Amino acid sequence: MADRATLEEAVRLQGERVRGLKQQKAGAELIEEEVAKLLKLKAQLGPDEGKQKFVLKTPKGTRDYNPRQMAVREKVFDVIISCFKRHGAEVIDTPVFELKETLTGKYGEDSKLIYDLKDQGGELLALRYDLTVPFARYLAMNKLTNIKRYHIAKVYRRDNPAMTRGRYREFYQCDFDIAGQFDPMIPDAECLKIICEILSALQLGDFLIKVNDRRILDGMFNVCGVPDSKFRTICSSVDKLDKMSWENVKNEMVEEKGLASEVADHIGAYVKQHGGVSLVEQLLQDPKLSQNKQALEGLGDLKLLFEYLTLFGIAEKASEEKVRTTETQVLVAAAQKKLLEERLKLVAELWDRGIKAELLYKKNPKLLTQLQYCEETGIPLVAIIGEQELKDGVIKLRCVASREEVDVRKENLVEEIRKRTSQYPATIC
Amino acid sequence: MQRLGPWSREAWTVLALHLLRSSRSPNTGGLFFGTRDLSPQQMAIREKILNAVINCFKCHGAKGIDTPVFELKEILTEKYGEESRLIYELKDQGGELLALRYDLTVPFARYLAMNKIKKMKRYHVGKVWRRESPSIIQGRYREFCQCDFDIAGQFDPMIPDAECLKIIHEILSTLQLGDFLIKVNDRRVVDGMFAVCGVPDNKFRFICASVDKLGKMSWKDVRQEMTGKIGLTPDVADQIGDYIQQCGGVSLVEQLLQDPKLSQNKQALEGLKDLKLLFEYLTLFGIAEKISFDLSLARGLDYYTGVIYEAVLLQSPTQQGEEALGVGSVAAGGRYDGLVGMFDPKGRKVPCVGLSIGVERIFSIVEQRMEATKKIQTTETQVLVATAQKNFLRERMKLIAELWDAGIRAEMLYKKNPSFLTQLHYCEETGIPLVAIIGEQELKDGVIKLRSVASRKEVDIKREDIVTEIQRRMSES
Repeated sequence: MADRATLEEAVRLQGERVRGLKQQKAGAELIEEEVAKLLKLKAQLGPDEGKQKFVLKTPKGTRDYNPRQMAVREKVFDVIISCFKRHGAEVIDTPVFELKETLTGKYGEDSKLIYDLKDQGGELLALRYDLTVPFARYLAMNKLTNIKRYHIAKVYRRDNPAMTRGRYREFYQCDFDIAGQFDPMIPDAECLKIICEILSALQLGDFLIKVNDRRILDGMFNVCGVPDSKFRTICSSVDKLDKMSWENVKNEMVEEKGLASEVADHIGAYVKQHGGVSLVEQLLQDPKLSQNKQALEGLGDLKLLFEYLTLFGIAEKASEEKVRTTETQVLVAAAQKKLLEERLKLVAELWDRGIKAELLYKKNPKLLTQLQYCEETGIPLVAIIGEQELKDGVIKLRCVASREEVDVRKENLVEEIRKRTSQYPATIC
Repeated sequence: MQRLGPWSREAWTVLALHLLRSSRSPNTGGLFFGTRDLSPQQMAIREKILNAVINCFKCHGAKGIDTPVFELKEILTEKYGEESRLIYELKDQGGELLALRYDLTVPFARYLAMNKIKKMKRYHVGKVWRRESPSIIQGRYREFCQCDFDIAGQFDPMIPDAECLKIIHEILSTLQLGDFLIKVNDRRVVDGMFAVCGVPDNKFRFICASVDKLGKMSWKDVRQEMTGKIGLTPDVADQIGDYIQQCGGVSLVEQLLQDPKLSQNKQALEGLKDLKLLFEYLTLFGIAEKISFDLSLARGLDYYTGVIYEAVLLQSPTQQGEEALGVGSVAAGGRYDGLVGMFDPKGRKVPCVGLSIGVERIFSIVEQRMEATKKIQTTETQVLVATAQKNFLRERMKLIAELWDAGIRAEMLYKKNPSFLTQLHYCEETGIPLVAIIGEQELKDGVIKLRSVASRKEVDIKREDIVTEIQRRMSES
């Protein structure tokens, strides 16, 4: 075997020599001489040498798409692209690699996951890691200040692939971005509207969009007593709350990252909260948070955002609620006192007709309390009984998200509720 | 789902400043030598062309696949002969040795071998990378798109090959690029020809590359290269010259079948017979008059084993500035029966024939033509939701959400109180045909004013009818 090893080494060296000569564009005569020597050496290795012995596979973390997968992909992209186009976005494309210097320093810790190209004597290149840095480079290079663009392309990360969970080293991103100085929160609201439209159109089932603001987070860390230097690392711990329990997250913050226990508890009190715009209002009144300028800015913007989301008809999809634990479609409510009997009768009728309904277990609940209950638990409709309405033979049907009310004849109520709760996308009203 | 990394404001600021300082000027034709971004105008053209190409592929019953942009280096090595030095390699970062794909054919062969597929008709549209000397005038970049169509499998001879040529013909005709010619030859005829002329075996590939230059260089210069650098005797070179300057239709095939030297060569005979059969089929397909049997067509790539072809545009004198672009092919391909066998562990062969449409050259040509003529609309927006008065942001948002939910392509300006003129101007600039105008009086009357940007005519439409009215107008235009 030692002989073979020497021979293989000789083949390798001779192969390099030939390649070198070809690169230098040496004389044809010389090249063909050296090629002949190479072929002789290879022949000596035996007939096996001719056949390539390699593993037939795609590189780690990548895969081919067979025709069936392509068909699925095409359908999904069609939905996404038609939504982007509906919102007036232009499309661009950028090269798969960027100058290494463009990508350096942009991804922090993740920089080690970048695929570099070999230095073959030209500029130093690396495969793009996302579509955002190329976008910023495109804007700067073309001196653009305003653009609404989408970009669908593959990006590359030398991560630990988990292909069964859909995590690859080569994967698609479908980005939509609005660049430019505009009146606050309108473009932001449009981005959320787009996410809603796409997820609804793809019919993946019920979904929720979590919303927060970097300034609120930072403000919150500040008032809880997190040292500035630990902001980013505590941030990434908090981010894990959707995968880990609070106890584990707190443990990571205190034991691994050296955060004081009381500080962690303060954070805990905040991060366990979620809700709709009412939570925003509540936090605006929070004694500690409202002293923090950053947090106030963030909360103010979120409030405005929720207004716009409501106008866009998607506010109930945007909150920090966990997935709804009930499927209640309508709350039977009363606008005035002494209407318990009527509520009980109506809710029973709805149950009998298969409508998922609730009522508050109070004889004379306030209308505001009933409405708040709907917001907290995600009930989309309220059937409001009132004295005048009783006389007129109608029920006031109110859409929680849009706050619009309409009088519905009692006998048409069930049909109207069914119609509204069977519609997709999220315009229940 | 990949986790999206956090972006702090500081990181964004640093990025923006860094990029403003270090970004290359657009005048270099791209961010660095050999590659370029594609603007919305270019993408709009691209989309149309690619749709036409893919449509044709689908029409012929091909299914689409995709492969990763890089392959194991060992899969690409040794497949491209001379051109292997042009492959982009990835840095050795401790894992597998990788390289960017050089074409879509070798990945296809790997795909077939890997999945043990014996028969397949597939198309693949994707980018490939070559460290060539880029030439922006010629529309040749280091990163470029290819549209490949290939038929793998053992079938009766020349029928799939004829279909490939038919597809090239269809695509080039549909794209209305002007007159074109498809040159056809056969690797066995080329090799046979060299053999009977007395070319030594070890000089075959070099002579091949030399002959291939006949389209760009004169015979005199090619001959010079053969006798000089490559070291052929003048006699041998002249014999080659006699052959390769010939081109014609099926009559040339018949003539060569009678050629005293060539007909003695078994390889050449096989090739010529297949070419004759091919011409019969091309005639039945109705495309024979665009096909030219051209003995100077040699094609660089090592893996071709049978028929080879290349389509070129014939420049008309009126198309200025396209001279350089006219040189070079817009489509090419051939038969490669041995490639899959090189990947298969048992060496099992799967014969293949295919084509590649050089869409980049086509993009450049169409881009040039469009620059001169009309403006390219880069969005498909149908209506702008606008207002002539202040404080109507909310109504605009409600209306636009209604339009989006009904599938209408709509935009609004991201300003609380935009001026009416600015909104109209925006429509004219971006090519939006309709404006849906909200106003105080209109709200009271329960209508929306619908304005046609082109004619400037306005009409009041009932609020509840606005969606149907817009849809009606869009379907009529």
